[in-house]
Amino acid sequence: MLKTHPVTRTVLWVVAALVSIWLVAPSLIVIPLSFTDKASLVFPPTGWSLRWYESFLTNPQWTAALGNSLLIAVLVAALATVLGLLAALGLRQMANKKVIAGLTFGLLAPMVVPGIVVAIGLYAVFLTLGLVGTLLGFVLAHTVLALPFTVVAITAGFAGFDARLELAAMSLGASRVTTFLRVTLPNIVPGMVSGALFAFVTSFDEVMLSLFIKSPYLNTLPVMMYSSVTRDTDPTLAAAATVILLITTVLVIAGLSLTGRKKRVTRAN
Amino acid sequence: MSHEPTNRGAEIRLDRVSKHYPKSIALDQVSLTVKPGEFMTFLGPSGSGKTTTLNLIAGFTDLTTGNVRIDGNRMDDVPVHKRDLGIVFQHYALFPHLSVFENVAFPLARRKTPKADAVRLVHGALETAGLDGFGDRYPAELSGGQQQRVALARALVFQPKVLLLDEPLGALDKNLRERLQLELRRIHQEVGRTFVFVTHDQEEALTLSDRIAVFNEGRIEQVGTAQDLYERPASLFVAGFIGESTMVPSASGAETTVIRPEHGELFPPGAELPAGFRGVPVTVRQSVYLGSGWKHEIVLDHPGHTRTPG
Repeated sequence: MLKTHPVTRTVLWVVAALVSIWLVAPSLIVIPLSFTDKASLVFPPTGWSLRWYESFLTNPQWTAALGNSLLIAVLVAALATVLGLLAALGLRQMANKKVIAGLTFGLLAPMVVPGIVVAIGLYAVFLTLGLVGTLLGFVLAHTVLALPFTVVAITAGFAGFDARLELAAMSLGASRVTTFLRVTLPNIVPGMVSGALFAFVTSFDEVMLSLFIKSPYLNTLPVMMYSSVTRDTDPTLAAAATVILLITTVLVIAGLSLTGRKKRVTRAN
Repeated sequence: MSHEPTNRGAEIRLDRVSKHYPKSIALDQVSLTVKPGEFMTFLGPSGSGKTTTLNLIAGFTDLTTGNVRIDGNRMDDVPVHKRDLGIVFQHYALFPHLSVFENVAFPLARRKTPKADAVRLVHGALETAGLDGFGDRYPAELSGGQQQRVALARALVFQPKVLLLDEPLGALDKNLRERLQLELRRIHQEVGRTFVFVTHDQEEALTLSDRIAVFNEGRIEQVGTAQDLYERPASLFVAGFIGESTMVPSASGAETTVIRPEHGELFPPGAELPAGFRGVPVTVRQSVYLGSGWKHEIVLDHPGHTRTPG
């Protein structure tokens, strides 16, 4: 490796540290805010209490929103993983590289298309179909955004999978279905789980689409937080944000570590 | 499918088998019979059709014309998993998520072999392959040679009547390859099944095989024992591919004489030749010491006027 001058190295470390703080600090500010004892979002807090967590967990509006968010995210993770698996299986069977590239671009489009454009389009369609403010509507809308993550994760899983294992399984007496269940699936499970976790997180912290398709009867946690912050400065909001931060961080780390493990196994081979 | 340990391999009969691709012909009207219990090697350069033929027997590829029979039964509509063939791949193709024991037990589980029998058979197969005590390891923890032994045990454990081996030693280093060649021979004699072995390495083919089919450009040039191929090659291709030789075209160009290096001896000028030798004057261009002997590059002193030497 190239040697770095000690001064250069110090400068690089300082810059890296500053950028890290700039990236992470805004997210971390909500944690002390959530433990304040005042009924305002003043930073830094002057006293400490758990009253906003109590408020968050006892207010039926907040708990209902949290429950909705969790339910929707679980359904989205399941649906997006199944669809992502089917898409990856289909792409794998294709021989024409141009068709594969075109289809992949289409599948990943929701990642780059501005969210507001998707939101307006979906809102128009959902209005006609009567899906606004329904569980099905939320699940369908969030799945659009989550699908690219599962497609990418599962396709990556297949990239590390040797298709000759399937020939070997069949030569040893396994039918196509058994081969898929016993050989193909176990080897791409890490990719599927990491895709599912990213899909869950994508749905769990989604605001833009949800703002359009929410209703007074069906609300998600991020939408609830958004309306709360526009209405008053209730620190329950910070408690809710901390809960979201905790859940998403744990899941994303889990997803990334699964991807990392798959790579290590591949290298060992 | 029968699994009683009949100590006998199956007969494989290829009848005018062809495989055409949109832009090429991989295999052209190949007919061949592999006898029960025989160690048959498909030998040829890459792209000669030997692996295509193996894939047709295995059922991995559909044939364009002709048919494959195993023990007299046509295989046209029999899918891979019902052909009951053991296959060993060049890159082992072990299941990375299963232990060595589970890998070898995989074909038995598909055949619903009772658990107690399966455990006994797996241990027997691992023992035959020299892998006693490796059952709990995972493929990633084994060396290439050990992985290929596991693959061999897995392909033999369900006692298929035919074992297909697709360049199984190709990825291993020379020493290990030679050791495994001898082991393969021993295992073949022990289990008495039909072995079909694909390789591009003529030495490997000569070491292992009862008979060798030499493939070239989608056809079989010659089928015979190592001795047949070496001493009575049916074509120039076979003569050139098997063993070392020097080709001397006749003056007219219509004929070629193939001289094996051990069929000639060098004598100093004016030396008295032993009985049965006929001398041809040559000049030595260069000599290389090979350990077991010398290699000389020689040119005839009177090209065009020589009689074929013995």
